[in-house]
Amino acid sequence: MSTAVSQIDEVKTTPWSGGRSPFNVEYGKIMMWFFLLSDAFTFSSLLISYGALRFSAAVWPAADKVFQSVPGTSIDHGAPLVFVGIMTFILILSSVTMVLAVEAGHRNSRKEVVTWMILTVIGGFMFLGCQALEWNHLHHEGFWWGSTPSAEALKEFFNGGTAAAQHLTAQEFANLFFTITGFHGFHVFTGVIINIIITVNVLMGTYDKRGSYLMVEKVGLYWHFVDLVWVFVFTFFYLV
Amino acid sequence: MSTESHEVHHEEGEHQSMTKGRIIKVALILSAITAVEFIIALILVPKGIVPIHYANPVYIVLTLLKAFYIVAFFMHLKFEKLGLALAIIVPILFIIGLILVLTNESHHWVDLRV
Repeated sequence: MSTAVSQIDEVKTTPWSGGRSPFNVEYGKIMMWFFLLSDAFTFSSLLISYGALRFSAAVWPAADKVFQSVPGTSIDHGAPLVFVGIMTFILILSSVTMVLAVEAGHRNSRKEVVTWMILTVIGGFMFLGCQALEWNHLHHEGFWWGSTPSAEALKEFFNGGTAAAQHLTAQEFANLFFTITGFHGFHVFTGVIINIIITVNVLMGTYDKRGSYLMVEKVGLYWHFVDLVWVFVFTFFYLV
Repeated sequence: MSTESHEVHHEEGEHQSMTKGRIIKVALILSAITAVEFIIALILVPKGIVPIHYANPVYIVLTLLKAFYIVAFFMHLKFEKLGLALAIIVPILFIIGLILVLTNESHHWVDLRV
């Protein structure tokens, strides 16, 4: 009995015995992770709904026929995946510059953090610009929420199927495409805004005063998540 | 604020595992996987070397591979405590559940369509 008392009095040091975070991560960073988890559920719901609608459809617009132009240039046909390929590489590169900013933050090197953050913001703006061109192009072809190109024009985007089925699934495609890429683009946009705010803070020396660049790491998590979502959007809209 | 700097001090040793060299390496892996996807989509499928039914699962596997590299290395999850990694990864089971439920459900929607 007497040994039990002394065991209780012993100071425990295992991760889950209380007194400190078992995750060994600062509160805000844990909360960013859980926010991103909830955001992952939202994007998954959208993408899985898209998958379910597409599975149940007799025909579906062929990706290499819908996305075969390079908006902003004179190439209008026969270049599938080229434009979205550029967009994908821009986003991967801006993710790399972000992780380099985080790495510079660990060394408390303000100048380097600013350089990489500015490059990340530029990458974000370039991606948004490309997306605006892409949306504009599809909108000119007649795709939009609640509207599709004429029945005659639609034939070009399909590998067969009746006119009625083509009209129905082209509408579903347009609604899903603009909703999902729009929701992703909104995340990119807010990410760019947040990155700008953090860059200004870095320039003002906020994190030098605080003694850590953990804030750069937290917005970095958000930015990488945006890249992560794009990896899935890219596969399911442009490849599959 | 004081806890923040304290925690960071604690972690510093683990985070050094993400060096510049490693960042470049992961970036190259991500670019290479994307390039493989383009080769499949632009050359192998149009020429009929790989049927589209085989290409689609390959795309999904490559996508999951890219997702792993982004989450594990860019988001540092590989270097966090196991508890945090599990707290983030285990709830993904719900997403797999929804995929199973809705793909099953979508087979019944076929009959409801025109």
